[in-house]
Amino acid sequence: MFETFDATLLARMQFAFTVSFHIIFPAFSIGLASYLAVLEGLWLWTKKVVYLELFDFWKTIFALAFGMGVVSGIVMSYQFGTNWSVFSDKVGPIIGPLMGYEVLSAFFLEAGFLGIMLFGRNRVGPGLHFFATLMVAVGTLISATWILSANSWMQTPQGFAMNDKGQFIPADWWAVIFNPSFPYRLVHMVLAAYLTTALVVGAVGGLHLLRRTAPLRASTMFSMAMWMLTLVAPIQIFAGDQHGLNTLEHQPVKVMAMEGHYQSHPDGAPLILFGLPNQAEQRIDYAIEIPKLSSLILKHSLDAPLKGLDTVPRELQPPVPIVFWSFRIMVGLGFAMLGLGLWSLYCRWRGRLYTSEWLHRAAMVMGPAGFVAVLAGWVTTEVGRQPYTVYGHLLTANSVSPIAAAAVGSSLVAFIIVYFLVFGAGTFYILRLMSRLPRDPSGDLGEGPIRTAGITPAPHTATLPAGGRHGH
Amino acid sequence: MVIDLPFIWAAIIAFAVLAYVILDGFDLGVGILFPLFPEKRHRDVMMNSVAPVWDGNETWLVLGGGGLMAVFPLAYATILPALYAPIIAMLLGLIFRGVAFEYRWRTGRAQYLWNWAFAGGSFMAALAQGIALGALVQGIPVANRAYSGGWWDWLTPFSIATGLAVVIGYALLGSTWLVMKTTGDLRDKARGLSYIAALATLAAMAIFSLWTPFLEPLYLNRWFSWPTAIFSVIVPLLVLGCFWLLLTGLKNNRDSRPFLAALGLFILGYAGIGISFYPYIVPTSVTIWDAAAPDESLGFLLVGALILVPLILAYTSYAYWVFRGKVDPEEGYH
Repeated sequence: MFETFDATLLARMQFAFTVSFHIIFPAFSIGLASYLAVLEGLWLWTKKVVYLELFDFWKTIFALAFGMGVVSGIVMSYQFGTNWSVFSDKVGPIIGPLMGYEVLSAFFLEAGFLGIMLFGRNRVGPGLHFFATLMVAVGTLISATWILSANSWMQTPQGFAMNDKGQFIPADWWAVIFNPSFPYRLVHMVLAAYLTTALVVGAVGGLHLLRRTAPLRASTMFSMAMWMLTLVAPIQIFAGDQHGLNTLEHQPVKVMAMEGHYQSHPDGAPLILFGLPNQAEQRIDYAIEIPKLSSLILKHSLDAPLKGLDTVPRELQPPVPIVFWSFRIMVGLGFAMLGLGLWSLYCRWRGRLYTSEWLHRAAMVMGPAGFVAVLAGWVTTEVGRQPYTVYGHLLTANSVSPIAAAAVGSSLVAFIIVYFLVFGAGTFYILRLMSRLPRDPSGDLGEGPIRTAGITPAPHTATLPAGGRHGH
Repeated sequence: MVIDLPFIWAAIIAFAVLAYVILDGFDLGVGILFPLFPEKRHRDVMMNSVAPVWDGNETWLVLGGGGLMAVFPLAYATILPALYAPIIAMLLGLIFRGVAFEYRWRTGRAQYLWNWAFAGGSFMAALAQGIALGALVQGIPVANRAYSGGWWDWLTPFSIATGLAVVIGYALLGSTWLVMKTTGDLRDKARGLSYIAALATLAAMAIFSLWTPFLEPLYLNRWFSWPTAIFSVIVPLLVLGCFWLLLTGLKNNRDSRPFLAALGLFILGYAGIGISFYPYIVPTSVTIWDAAAPDESLGFLLVGALILVPLILAYTSYAYWVFRGKVDPEEGYH
């Protein structure tokens, strides 16, 4: 008994660890792929060379992030079998085809055209190259669609039946794919990816504006990023609110944990701004709350009754402190993004977008905020689903492989070491690329070490810079 | 007459795994050969010969795994726990070699580290895949819809031998790929290595063929009784034919032929294994019909597969076509 519990806990830790690392890369590459398509499209349309320079700059960073996403994603696709084999057997008939469609319609598309996008500039025409970039961007969005459909089904399952082998079997694919939380989750995640990328691009633009290097390239990307932030942050807050209402309808217990409502409130629930959740005593210590506001937000009425966790047996409650805090981190960062967007709008209006150093510094500080918010949001929704893997139908404890804790534990240790080593190095390389100037093609040939050893750099007729400082 | 969806899906999954083995096989092989090419200019070209396509090659592995979960969930749920350690080792190997494609160009001083990551990761992934294959062929016990064997069952002399055999086979794919894709002294060296790897591969296939039938009465029966024995006769003949094409291709400087012949060897070896344990998907425990998901799942995904797999093959071929011919040492985007 003790051993089973141990393996479950370790398998959960392993999943949480590997998926947390993994989600960072798609969150970035979904937004960046679209950004690259926009840049290349603008270049083809306007013929302004700055767009091509930015394309080449961000393409290199995209390649690194995408590579890390691929390898960490392969781990995910096999982890269901190694650590969650019972889950795989029971849920495979439903989740499997959704993920199968992700591979067939998205992964191959991305991979097939990524090579042409990265290496094919001199081998295909500009139109075809742009098509390849578009296919990579479309692929990332199709991928998000399928995986979020699968994830949403685990949160709000419908359209299934059970067979005599204890498997979930599809009864209505339309209902499975378009399950109640799927549209909300998809919109929220894709917007989050766009915001994450905008914050990173804005931070890099801010850095180079502060350094006054390559002013046109820095100001172009900074302006684009700030527009994105200004327009999308408010939409995201609205989308998040709608997603929350959907969660209240289908997973009320999760909302109780997010809001910290241990007690039921028959005549209007307060909004708990801060406090320390006390799971043992089932209350929030030192709570700072605004009366009636929670009912107003969730039910659009001051006195609407709201049920609390006291209506849920202890063993069916999610771990409240984690959900409570991660939710607040996500929402707080969301409003900080809105603030940065509005600030940039004000500076733009006053003609100081490219000169306000405090704005540039703020953009740099906010650079990683998207990743933190995505992770916090992910924790909120995934931990909030506990103790179930398929909400209301399959307990996490009944999903795990019949495997010794030692096996899960040692592979967890191996993953932790390898991930920190490998992805730490990758993050270092990405940061170093970012801190270097967006390359100036005209000045690049003459400087830096010779490209491939022993080969003299030939003047390239194409617009591609020939390497120089960035490797070789 | 009802359409036998599990059978169709077994064929599709078998195709996906085969596509993975031959495609990622050659780029893993290039990594395995890395230590034998100490010169940086050679390594740069070797890496660039596979850089545009490795990601697509590896996607077949994701289709193999993801597809197995979708259409044969019981097989997925019993094979993966049984092969826990080799699978984890394979994943870790793939992580190291996958990131090396980008990292290697981002550093001067630490480049040797990512050279090792590329070579070591490729070797480890190949060895782990071979061990997993060997462990699968020797059989996986299943009870109550779960793996019922021990944590170390995968580790046997046979599985270690298949592990090494796969490393050798991938090295052959890698060296013949380099003969096809490179020029000058790099190509000449790859040509020399191809002879050695070809002989070693033939030896490995012979050992494997003599060993396997005696693991399981089922296999022995398949190999030496009518009508499947026909394959036991034809396959070795075809193997020798491929081998002859490979050697003469190398000898006559027909640089594409050795690679194509090596692909032929892999396809034949793969067919031999498939013939041995069909219709089991988890050898001697679970048949494809036992493991299959309900027809609603198989049919739903089949519609997509019938449309998308040809499309994938088309644009994948196009991507290979774009990068056809010998690698220009000048190229890359780095």
